[in-house]
Amino acid sequence: MTGPQLEESAGFDRSTIDYIQRAAATGLYEIRGLGAKRRVPNFDDLLFLAASLSRYPLEGYRERCVTKTLLGTRFATRPIELAIPITVAGMSFGALSARVKDALGRAATEVGTSTTTGDGGMTAEERASSKTLIYQCLPSRYGFDPDDVRRADAIEIVIGQGAKPGGGGMLLGQKVNPRVARMRTLPEGVDQRSASRHPDWTGPDDLVIKIKELREITDWEKPIYVKVGATRVFNDVKLAVHAGADVIVVDGMQGGTAATQTVFIEHVGIPTLAALRQAVDALDDLNMRGTVQLVISGGIRSGADVAKAHAMGADAVAIGQGVLVALGCNSDSYIADGQHVSALEDYAKLGTAPGFCHHCHTGKCPVGVTTQDAALELRLDPAVGAKRLKNYFKTVNMELTTIARACGKQDVHHLEKEDLVALTVEAAAMAGVPLAGTSWIPGRPG
Amino acid sequence: MANLRPLLRRSEFDLAHDSLRDLNLYLHKQAAQDGVSQIEVKNPDGAHSIACGLDADLDVQIHGHVGYYVAGMNKHASVTVHGNAGPGAAENMMSGRVHVRGFASTAAGASAHGGLLIIDGDASLRCGISLKGADIVVGGSVGSFSAFMAQAGRIVICGDAEDALGDSLYEAVIYVRGKVRSLGADARFEPMADADRAALKALLAQSGLAHDPAEFRRVASAKSLYHWHADADQEY
Repeated sequence: MTGPQLEESAGFDRSTIDYIQRAAATGLYEIRGLGAKRRVPNFDDLLFLAASLSRYPLEGYRERCVTKTLLGTRFATRPIELAIPITVAGMSFGALSARVKDALGRAATEVGTSTTTGDGGMTAEERASSKTLIYQCLPSRYGFDPDDVRRADAIEIVIGQGAKPGGGGMLLGQKVNPRVARMRTLPEGVDQRSASRHPDWTGPDDLVIKIKELREITDWEKPIYVKVGATRVFNDVKLAVHAGADVIVVDGMQGGTAATQTVFIEHVGIPTLAALRQAVDALDDLNMRGTVQLVISGGIRSGADVAKAHAMGADAVAIGQGVLVALGCNSDSYIADGQHVSALEDYAKLGTAPGFCHHCHTGKCPVGVTTQDAALELRLDPAVGAKRLKNYFKTVNMELTTIARACGKQDVHHLEKEDLVALTVEAAAMAGVPLAGTSWIPGRPG
Repeated sequence: MANLRPLLRRSEFDLAHDSLRDLNLYLHKQAAQDGVSQIEVKNPDGAHSIACGLDADLDVQIHGHVGYYVAGMNKHASVTVHGNAGPGAAENMMSGRVHVRGFASTAAGASAHGGLLIIDGDASLRCGISLKGADIVVGGSVGSFSAFMAQAGRIVICGDAEDALGDSLYEAVIYVRGKVRSLGADARFEPMADADRAALKALLAQSGLAHDPAEFRRVASAKSLYHWHADADQEY
């Protein structure tokens, strides 16, 4: 005996039906956290061609492989010097608790890299714990303070974010607690909107002048980064170079967010892989490789990803979601007094489970990472979080140098496109590297 | 590019000969040390970022028209422009006083957290956009989308306002004397209270203006967009 044949529609599958019925019931689009869940061509679609007869490898653990990274050498008199090319991406106090920002700073300082503020300004905790802190200048200007400009090590002008280019931002009222409200000059509990455009300039010619203002205020000492969400990357990178950026940060569509419409996260922007190639092409076109440094972000997870990003031409990477996962995001437990405590019940209350959670927007993070709730935020001990993040970054860096040595590179910045091939036609076209086993790069003559 | 040459004690800069870098570096690092409190700037010739990032009790008098971001991010200082100002005058000011004797271009006082910005003439589009606590007094009229997303502070408009005044306001308050072509989303006229009249009288006095507070109307947020809801889909 067999049951009735059930055939699910490809166009109207259960997920689509659920979406339509939810929309019909509420009249509201879904807002959620983290990044795109759909599969898009990514660094997993590339492979390394390590040394063989035609290349000479370095001994895996013994021979020196340099990871030192300089950012902001174009105009700033005090460029950023990092021990590793793996940085902490900009994430806001508001999205994250002050304890998490503290943990990020501690870990970054211990491994010799930078961390970055976000919407809502700079907290005293992150400034104190971060040896190298990048201060974001965002369209909202929430908490933007010239004293913090002077306290920062570099300034990052944020044009857009990979998860929501052109979309501004939002922080729902449940996360706007008294401290967040005070820092952002907003009423407590308001559903806060972050502007999508800067208030005091429009367009690339204005940006030239804005950057010069920031240089004047900082007496030309601090590097100026420009961060763009990945859309028209080739043109945007050229315009940012023209505007005078020292460093350009390109954030691909897999980049995360604390709260954005799902339709944005899944349908706006281009994959990090394609964005990186376009950014490098733009710098090459202007003969600015090495003069203007490129930081890539958006779904970077492992040393393999970092190595592939470098081989494609990035000078450094920035990691957001991976950092949160290292702290415990989507774990089934949190650590209290050295013991693992189950968080499963709290995931269930949110209607989710570890491995699936994207409920940063609710402020009810079961593991205390993306929350402003006084009780929940205690679930993340800054010392424990810093230790975990330090371990993660060390692992990623070891993977990076292992691959670089196998490719015969004494410096991770010597990784090059010739070290890569693609597994799929799509990835070959986006990354501009040959399909594995061929010399064919789609879209290129020959 | 930083000019690290020692700068001589001075109270006057002529931008026909001196560089903007020398001027700003002196204002940032040396004027207060030298005991110089008043600095005259001649021939600004529309230069951008004059006297930006000040953090001392200085009195800077600029004789002529200036470009973008004059007195940007000002703290403590008093900056007077004897001419017109380009976009972003006193943007993100934290404290002090900036006085534009002529007209101001777009985004005057954008995201300013504190202090007082006075514009004797008209101000263009987006005056007081994202205002975060400063006071702005405009002797003339303002362009469209003024006080857009203004969060805190007060804006006094002695003339008229173009379209979408106070769009998406939070807690900032607007006092307008002339005609308003249109209000923006979630902005509404409200009755003037005694506290409004008193505040307005003080702001007008600080700005050297003699208008009667009774001639002004109050615009503030209706707060209908403070919480995201289904019936305001085009307002967000």
